[in-house]
Amino acid sequence: MFNHKDLLDLEHLDKKEIELILETAKPFKSMFTRSIKKVPTLRGKTVVNLFYEPSTRTRTSFEIASKRLSADVVNVAVANSSVVKGESLIDTGKVLEAMKADFIIIRHSLAGAPAILARNLNARIINAGDGFHEHPTQGLLDMYTILEKKKRIAGLKVLLVGDILHSRVAKSNIWALKKMGADVRVVGPPTLIPPAIEDFGVKVFYDLDEALKDVDVINILRIQLERQQDNLFPSVHEYVALYQMNGDRLRLAKHDVLIMHPGPMNRGIEISSEVADSAAAVINEQVTNGIAVRMAVLYLLSGQKDKI
Amino acid sequence: MAEMHDAIKVVMTKEEISRTVKRLAAEIVEKHGNVKNLVIIGIQTRGVHLARRIINEMVAAQLTPSADDVAFGKLDITLYRDDISTISTTPLIRETEIPFDITDKKIILVDDVVFTGRSIRAAMDELMDFGRPRSIELAVLVDRGHRELPIEPNYVGKKFVTAREESISVELEEVDGQDRIVLKTISSGDAHV
Repeated sequence: MFNHKDLLDLEHLDKKEIELILETAKPFKSMFTRSIKKVPTLRGKTVVNLFYEPSTRTRTSFEIASKRLSADVVNVAVANSSVVKGESLIDTGKVLEAMKADFIIIRHSLAGAPAILARNLNARIINAGDGFHEHPTQGLLDMYTILEKKKRIAGLKVLLVGDILHSRVAKSNIWALKKMGADVRVVGPPTLIPPAIEDFGVKVFYDLDEALKDVDVINILRIQLERQQDNLFPSVHEYVALYQMNGDRLRLAKHDVLIMHPGPMNRGIEISSEVADSAAAVINEQVTNGIAVRMAVLYLLSGQKDKI
Repeated sequence: MAEMHDAIKVVMTKEEISRTVKRLAAEIVEKHGNVKNLVIIGIQTRGVHLARRIINEMVAAQLTPSADDVAFGKLDITLYRDDISTISTTPLIRETEIPFDITDKKIILVDDVVFTGRSIRAAMDELMDFGRPRSIELAVLVDRGHRELPIEPNYVGKKFVTAREESISVELEEVDGQDRIVLKTISSGDAHV
């Protein structure tokens, strides 16, 4: 079954474990249509959302997932906490553990921060995004959405568009997609494609029109506008011209292509409103599935009494 | 491991199981007069198959014209268990499917074995989250005693007097490839059901 204390990345999960999480998310999703969307499974457990970077959707999603499992949820707003007074990450974790936190959901700007907590604490640690490293629950909810819509992942052609270099969503997607047997392509400006990414078995494109031919899924990454200040692409205008997923490009793709976006969207930049609101887009369903997948992760990590 | 020393005894055969399911179906309809407002809900996994068999027997005995007249549901109680934080690996969650409103319905909950009563407690709590049924009754193939909660089945296939360290397992064709009930005496002492 699931023999992990923490969920830090998808790199170290095998195909069977990813499948178990996706399978476990199903009954949770079916709960969402009931009048009482809540089960008593984690009653008495405490979940702490420790977010060192701003986030609305991921934090809210974890909060709802925890509440639907009947856990108590505490949100630590780092900007107002003792962290700004200089407390170390491990000390903060120890304080939360002394307050009997059973799960700590952490988002941090530095890759590896969740792993540091995991090594030093008995609480279960879930990575909600660390630096440019991974965002495993986003990767899992993307897999869930693809599987639900396409009934399979193996053999599908999946294209990731945009800033692959700085995207933890892209990293988690690549790990999971490759393990599940998908054919993965990336496309973006050369400055935003990590060197040697081909070693992961990923096909690199620089021309979006060419890259999106015959693909089953297009996952559009958020473009962070501050990257332009770093001179990684010449101008927003040029990015839009070359890499925006717009209606004309959508018409070049397969008629049943799935359009995904991890949010929050920059409408008019990496995605046009026409595409975001098209029938091909499953962006809101990704959000719903995110709750089910996070419930599955919380549930699967709640075993192993020796460690909790 | 312990299996080497386990004594296995078949305590109910395929024919006896079939007769017993027939009788349970008849008893349920007899008590309620008809199947109107009746909802048969099986507890995963074997309770689901028994619930289906009970409905089939109701049709076969012409207690109801068609299986479609009896509302049928499946219940997985994993998320309502009281021991979930004490077990080492969390069990696989199976499907819960109650595609209708249970408010004011008369629910017949079906399970293969009633033992401590804890599963039934979990099942009742879960049902209450779906609505407010008129009543809940319990039908089981086997009552093996050792209750830890004040729960009693309304329809019992067969009662067995067992020792705590023994285990009763109901095997059904749909899951196990054959119909029989076996009593195992586990000599190593780590009893489980």
